[in-house]
Amino acid sequence: MAYKNYILVCGGTACESSKSEEIYKNLIAEAKALGVEDQVQVVLTGCFGFCEQGPIVKVLPEDSFYVQVKPEDAKEIIEEHVIKGREVKRLLYIKEERKPYEEVEDIQFYNKQLRIVLRNCGVIDPENINEYIARDGYKALEKVLFEMKPDDVIEEVKTAGLRGRGGAGFPTWMKWNFSKVAEGDVKYVVCNADEGDPGAYMDRSTLEGDPHSILEAMTICGYTIGAHQGYIYIRAEYPLAIHRLEVAMKQSREYGFLGKDILGSGFDFNIEIRLGAGAFVCGEETALLQSIEGHRGMPQPRPPFPAVKGLWGKPTVINNVETWANVPVIINKGGKWFSEIGTQDSHGTKVFALTGKIKNSGLVEVPMGTTLREIVYDIGGGIANGKRFKAVQTGGPSGGVITEENLDTPIDFGGLQRIGSMMGSGGMIVMDEDDCIVDVAKFYLNFTVDESCGKCAPCRIGGKKLMNLLEKITDGKGTEDDIAQIKKVALAMQKGSLCALGQTAPNPVLSSLRYFPEEYEAHIKEKRCPSGKCKKLIRYEINQDKCIGCTACARKCPVGAISGEVKHPHKINQEVCIKCGVCKQTCRFSAVEIK
Amino acid sequence: MSQELFSPELKEFIYEWKDKPGNLIMVLHKVQEELGYISEDAAKEVSSMIGVPLATIWGVVTFYHFFKLNQPGRHNIQVCLGTACYLKGGEAIIEELDSLIGLKVGGLTGDGKFSLEAVRCVGCCGLAPVMTISGEVFGKVTKSQVQGILEKFD
Repeated sequence: MAYKNYILVCGGTACESSKSEEIYKNLIAEAKALGVEDQVQVVLTGCFGFCEQGPIVKVLPEDSFYVQVKPEDAKEIIEEHVIKGREVKRLLYIKEERKPYEEVEDIQFYNKQLRIVLRNCGVIDPENINEYIARDGYKALEKVLFEMKPDDVIEEVKTAGLRGRGGAGFPTWMKWNFSKVAEGDVKYVVCNADEGDPGAYMDRSTLEGDPHSILEAMTICGYTIGAHQGYIYIRAEYPLAIHRLEVAMKQSREYGFLGKDILGSGFDFNIEIRLGAGAFVCGEETALLQSIEGHRGMPQPRPPFPAVKGLWGKPTVINNVETWANVPVIINKGGKWFSEIGTQDSHGTKVFALTGKIKNSGLVEVPMGTTLREIVYDIGGGIANGKRFKAVQTGGPSGGVITEENLDTPIDFGGLQRIGSMMGSGGMIVMDEDDCIVDVAKFYLNFTVDESCGKCAPCRIGGKKLMNLLEKITDGKGTEDDIAQIKKVALAMQKGSLCALGQTAPNPVLSSLRYFPEEYEAHIKEKRCPSGKCKKLIRYEINQDKCIGCTACARKCPVGAISGEVKHPHKINQEVCIKCGVCKQTCRFSAVEIK
Repeated sequence: MSQELFSPELKEFIYEWKDKPGNLIMVLHKVQEELGYISEDAAKEVSSMIGVPLATIWGVVTFYHFFKLNQPGRHNIQVCLGTACYLKGGEAIIEELDSLIGLKVGGLTGDGKFSLEAVRCVGCCGLAPVMTISGEVFGKVTKSQVQGILEKFD
């Protein structure tokens, strides 16, 4: 029987951390208590993407978009909305009266987005295979098994122009074709779900919200290249995604979409999960394969490429989660349809994790060619707290910064490379005027130095050397010679490192040097950090005109560096001060200033 | 010693995986899930059970961040230092933990109650800065909230 209302509760990690599961349970309990459980269906879905406003609850058919919902709001939603048919105004994202034709898609955060990869996230219950099937799930697999030859599949993916979403943008059809034509009866299909870029979580959200799409795509690839075994290599840090994959695999086997003789076609395909263990370098495909084999995740020289000689020496196709998620749609709607979305060199959409100093943090999926300005200002709502935009980092520790002047560059693989950054996996970190560019470069470098596997010298030694140079600069001991030195070491790393981790590690430093040379100069020549972030280059001082001598700062100071009489201006002893900033936070008269 | 170290379920899991290629990391995950960390004794036990040299096991354990070599506290605190959390003050949380209970990254409090690790991205960037204690996630944490959050755990 049809329900009167459908309530979708976001069950992504961020919302679940904010008690969305409790909201879900409360909604069911309240519906039962108020005797309307047969009128309303409550569904725990995948990520809605609008994480800033979570936990999110959406009620259909009215399309009411409730934000920052608390478990105790469940009763009101059932009582008011379901029973009395009145929206709970105080929880609505758009509180003004909506026009009858307005839908959630009209919220600014959503209306420039195009959801292909995230098509089912926030729409279906990821733990119920029937909901996936109802949204054309496994239709592509059926079509491939019964209507298409392997070469047809490759042709379709080629027409689509799908390129790898893991970072490098390698044409997917080529990988598949290499493996297909490679000799051998044992071949493998691997899903790279080792999402290591700090600040990117689109793969996790896709797996949590739509696990079946990945299973379907991998099976399609298996049929195409002649493989019968797939592995999903996923971070152990993603327990919810692992759980949903396990549930999906079980259901998929029960329905005959996975396992022996799939849908009676005679084709066998199985998938196993292998856990990562917190090594960023394992996102690199040869290192990932080492890890699946149970070894230390150290990259191997290429060629031979995994597509020819991969897992246990057999031809192996490795694609990342987002790439896989596109495949069933391409089969269903056709490569031509897909190729018409995006730009000349990059087709389809890209999911970005928009975070940092942005008003609306969250997951956004836009057609390739959308400009950064549209993402930051139209979708993201601009910079939080009225601060000034400084830069956006794309490509994570391998990428670079994009500044104001390049905000109108259409985002695609080539476009980002031309301005010194890269697509990467889709992390998009927004920085404001308070962020020190040298400090951020140091942050990323610290990350890659820590994550270097240590196998090759250019990366192992070069990274450390670069790190020392940056530390020297942020400590106020930098000389002009250091910049030349940085460029020299960076070049050696780019040319000499074995894998992409080392080759791209200097990128954040080089790109920030290119766009913010004056900031490096301020650190080196004037021994000054313009954004007041580098502790060794700042001093806290008390403005003698503003201080009223309330003693609040002196009482809070953990090292007793502040002295002065009551009702008389205080002073900070610079010799003792550890620059923790507690005095500045404590002062209610803005008398503590950073110099 | 070996009999008490691993539960029957764990042993069964290890036997199940014994002959599967690439089993080592999966086995180590299961061991850490049960013991909380990979002790030297546990590594030796795994070595004899699946026939992989101890040196190989140690090589793998020390390579991956996820595997712990020391026993964590009753409540393990993770402070996220992914990019978004770093920009929004993840480090301030770590400093606050140090000044409140003298806990440093990689350390354990004297009473064995809290241990602290700095992690890369728990994937709730919208909630930055984020810390987790015994799996419970706390988002948009400010320095002044840390004390109150710690008090919830005993």
